[in-house]
Amino acid sequence: MKRNLVIAGCLLLAGLAALVFEVNPRGEDARHGLVGADEWASRAVWACDRRKLVVVEGVRPDQKIPPARAQLVADLLMDLMRYCDQEITAKLEVSERITVAANGLVYEDYVVGGPLPIVPARYGAPTRREQRIWAAELAKLVSEGDRLFHSDEIGKNGVACAMCHPHAVGTHPETYPKFQTQLKQVALLRDMVNWCIANPMEGDELAHDDPRMKALEAYIIAQRAGKVLESGKH
Amino acid sequence: MYRNNLTKKEIERRFAERSDEDSARIRSLLNCDRRQFLRTSLEFAGMAAAASLVPLHSFQLVNVAHAAEDGGGGFRFAYISDTHLYDRGMNHRFVKAVLKAVEDVNAMDPQPDFVLFGGDLAQLGKPGELSLGKQLLNEVRAPLKMIVGEHDWYLDLGEKWRELFGRDYYSFDHKGVHFVVLNSVVEKDFWTEKGYTPEERMAIVAGLDDSRQSPFEVGEEQRDWLRSDLEQVNRKTPIVVFSHSPLYKLYRPWNFWTDDAEEVQALLRRFKTVTVLHGHTHQLLTNRIRNIHFHGLLSTAWPWPYAPEGLPNYTVQMNRADPFDQFDGCGDGSVEVLASGRVDKHYNLWSQNPRTVTAAQLASGKIPGARGYDGPAY
Repeated sequence: MKRNLVIAGCLLLAGLAALVFEVNPRGEDARHGLVGADEWASRAVWACDRRKLVVVEGVRPDQKIPPARAQLVADLLMDLMRYCDQEITAKLEVSERITVAANGLVYEDYVVGGPLPIVPARYGAPTRREQRIWAAELAKLVSEGDRLFHSDEIGKNGVACAMCHPHAVGTHPETYPKFQTQLKQVALLRDMVNWCIANPMEGDELAHDDPRMKALEAYIIAQRAGKVLESGKH
Repeated sequence: MYRNNLTKKEIERRFAERSDEDSARIRSLLNCDRRQFLRTSLEFAGMAAAASLVPLHSFQLVNVAHAAEDGGGGFRFAYISDTHLYDRGMNHRFVKAVLKAVEDVNAMDPQPDFVLFGGDLAQLGKPGELSLGKQLLNEVRAPLKMIVGEHDWYLDLGEKWRELFGRDYYSFDHKGVHFVVLNSVVEKDFWTEKGYTPEERMAIVAGLDDSRQSPFEVGEEQRDWLRSDLEQVNRKTPIVVFSHSPLYKLYRPWNFWTDDAEEVQALLRRFKTVTVLHGHTHQLLTNRIRNIHFHGLLSTAWPWPYAPEGLPNYTVQMNRADPFDQFDGCGDGSVEVLASGRVDKHYNLWSQNPRTVTAAQLASGKIPGARGYDGPAY
């Protein structure tokens, strides 16, 4: 249901985008309207989502697109809006041949309404919406870790992690795993977290997959984002 | 116990160079057994020289300082600070730490003239925490001078603390030195508009890295009081100021900071000799701004890491504390007020070698081990 609404929204936006084209009142034939045009010229037309681009060849940037061809461009943009989140570039050649490309890959022939001949890069090319969702999900975990790190509910004597580690300073998660001399064995960050819980905080150690342990690790590591990993450093 | 081998005779010779007013103490030194001798001499004679960080000539520097012309000084006081007590019984680790500090200062021979408490007696400002703190500090033999910290204040805005300890800012004179005690943890009201309860307000302030709170300040009321208090004081009279936060701007995100520090420093500028001792930072911390020397106090409860930026160049950092040792990075200490009115600051680190920062070192800016000192490496 939600997905249909999104598609409908995209189509509506594409329709609005099509309205911005100026229609030539004389109704010239699309192909013949380009006779004499500079074949190397091209004009870019963006859909309103700024992700679909049609490069109309044979039309200078300052030149009106003839109505029949403008209709082709609008149809093409509407069609490409099926791929809501994708960034797709289409080329409309003077011969009306259509090719499409995404993510800088080669152009492939395309028929309006047909299957997309290119594989949109879903992985590694996140959309802004996806990035927002991912960031929010991460922030949720980090913020729960922040809360636990500053609260007395992990330990039993009132002491909180942040009392010795404001902003997680001095936790140096980037140095784990390392031989923790006091524990006389190689330790992960979570082993040290548990040591702190059991000793200065006099609480019960957390299971390694305890959601609270995950949250604490998330908070600690997020505070050190950008630091160089130096496993084993003392 | 100490790295170099100062002989008893050598120490005797060096102390003999000091003025007569020290001779009584030297005699008491020589009459005690070796263990007590070391401990006592450490307490008042800059024995941290033996800790290899301070060169031996610190003894000579003491002499130089001693030769300064104006009066006052020539005594010692001790400090205990930042105990952060919970009201969770006498077996709590922080209670044990306070008792250790009380034992330290009570063992000092001769006794310090008074014991300064540097603030943050309680963790969450609860009446039970403050009362427990008072009960523990009552064990101190020497008279007590109290500073208030933010952990003592923001549950009831100082009501219980004042009931137990009196005024939060005051001054007194002692052996020619004018002492000023400030409440430097005043925060502008961040709670009313947000509708925080007193407990929430306290919890926010108790979070060192909690950005919902306001910066510390001394505030206009106390600055006016300080101005009139100092009006009657001669510019040659040594001034020693006690505050909980450092009276300068080090690191705002942790309130290692006093927002009106410049205004307060300006009020102190006309005096020849000014020293500020502050709690809150739980670490070795030394600074100098114009005529003012600044020294931090150790906490008994836990050491703070050094702030990511803003560390004064005069500071010799303490070693990274071993988390497996409750007392590492913690401790207490004492302050030797010299005849010049300047002070030698002793850090009695419980699990590291004791350290001393002398007035002469700080005045000259040559502090071995400090980042700002490019002299010979020790």
